[in-house]
Amino acid sequence: MSTAAIASSPEKPAPAKGIRWLHGEEARGLAMISPTLLYALALLLVPVLLVIAYSFWTQNYLEIDRTFTFENYRLALTEPIYRDLFVRSLWISMLTSAITVVFSYPIAWYISFHGGPHKNLWLFLVTIPCWTSYLLRVMSWKVILGYGGVLNTGLMAAGVIDQPITSLLYNANAVVITLVHSWAAFAILPIYVSLQKIDRSLIEAARDLGDGAVRSFLRVTLPLSMPGVISAFLIVMIPTVGDYVTPKLVGGKDGVMIATAIQAQFGKSANWPLGAALSVTTMVLVSLAAAAVVLSLRFAVRRLR
Amino acid sequence: MLQRIRFLPFLPLYVAIYFLFLYLPILLLPVFSFNDAATTTFPLAGFTTKWYASLWGNSVLLQAARNSLVVGVCVSLLSTILGICAARAITRYRFRGQRAAGGLIMAPLFLPEIIVAVSLLMIALQFGLQLSLVTVILGQVVFCIPYSMSVLVSGFEGFDRSLEEASYDLGETAFGTFRRVTLPVVAPAIVSSLLVTFTISLDEFILAFFLSGTEPTLPVYIWGQLRFAAKLPGVLALGSLMILASVVLLTVAEVLRRRAERRTQAALAH
Repeated sequence: MSTAAIASSPEKPAPAKGIRWLHGEEARGLAMISPTLLYALALLLVPVLLVIAYSFWTQNYLEIDRTFTFENYRLALTEPIYRDLFVRSLWISMLTSAITVVFSYPIAWYISFHGGPHKNLWLFLVTIPCWTSYLLRVMSWKVILGYGGVLNTGLMAAGVIDQPITSLLYNANAVVITLVHSWAAFAILPIYVSLQKIDRSLIEAARDLGDGAVRSFLRVTLPLSMPGVISAFLIVMIPTVGDYVTPKLVGGKDGVMIATAIQAQFGKSANWPLGAALSVTTMVLVSLAAAAVVLSLRFAVRRLR
Repeated sequence: MLQRIRFLPFLPLYVAIYFLFLYLPILLLPVFSFNDAATTTFPLAGFTTKWYASLWGNSVLLQAARNSLVVGVCVSLLSTILGICAARAITRYRFRGQRAAGGLIMAPLFLPEIIVAVSLLMIALQFGLQLSLVTVILGQVVFCIPYSMSVLVSGFEGFDRSLEEASYDLGETAFGTFRRVTLPVVAPAIVSSLLVTFTISLDEFILAFFLSGTEPTLPVYIWGQLRFAAKLPGVLALGSLMILASVVLLTVAEVLRRRAERRTQAALAH
């Protein structure tokens, strides 16, 4: 008989509810998780609450005026420069996650359906580049896409072009390419997991009942893998909206995103409340956009069926 | 059997192109780090190891490397210990608020890193903490726990509880049971978590950038060098070494993780 079963067996004299609770499975679980939970509370939840609090305060030179105000949010939402940065950041993160998901889906599908006995090896090979230094990979893209960079000089040496292509680096496209590369594995893994969960006999049934390859994919495989597609979308979209390194290194003037503005408020501009309001607004906007994406994806799949 | 799909012949080609796209950036750095030219252009100019040799004499870089090492070791130990607590609580017990607690601990995976960085910077300065390697360690641990936890949860799951119960019944204490029964089974997962979190810490830039003050880690040092075009070859050599280190550490971690998986499966089969 297990210790847990003994502890909860009804024959035992039942102590007062509070005490039993303290000695039970629940208490031990809570005690076990408490160091990590306290750490996360102190260094994740409290700091985020502080950011939210700051976003309603005002910077008065070196002092912080703690009177409640919406002024920072008014600035964040109406000032054209911030509005443009929000729109561009959201657009780039949505485009990045859409491209990442579309291009990664066949890879996840290939590994899941044709990976053979070495599926784990495939997954490992997919994740390796994503684990290496993010900063170095962005730097590498800068080297690849630059005016005198690998792609231009390579193509010129091969005789494909006479003049270097100037439109490769320092724009939003360069940011999207770099981000798609950085987040590939984060899209492949959740899609792969949901493809693995699909009962293969369902697909066979669809085929036996006369659906072609494409139709059975659209009506069975794709809808059933939708949870993976949605989590891939979210896990790429939400973090990329606040990316700092990529726009800074390869974005140039047309690729600036909101993180640069946030960083400036904590650096040379030293306006913490505005920086906090920009951070909170970013989170709220990206959550709304993510919700919209999830709903429309679900709707699209229902129509497919 | 699945019928062969008509576009399938193109799929392996697509997979090959995709992998080229994935690996091109990290393979190019080593290629140019041995190139005998200060620019990254084709055709290659010739073989040299002088960029690597130049790293040795650079005292600022060596200091940054030492900082990274200290931070990496502390972060991997702390986040793995905290990860063990959380992973064990999640896999072994059921309690109220479990999902909420797990959600909070995993949240850094779903937050833009800059927001985590900014909030940690504010709380550090609010409480009068001097920015130093200590603040970097505290911050990176928040960021590493989710990764540590996912490695450990997969190692702990499927662990046969009756082994522990047998040990209790035979009179071992809770700690003794953990040390003599649980630990040997989950050890590979723990080592794997240590390696993965060390690698993340070694490569992590944003938190270190915001929280390191005047003590740069390697990525912060590299960031400072990127402004100078003349420093690029040295950075490429350093970057190649860092990529090599990451790949080696991750490969070892993966081998250990798989061994852990096999071991728990074997324990289940008995």
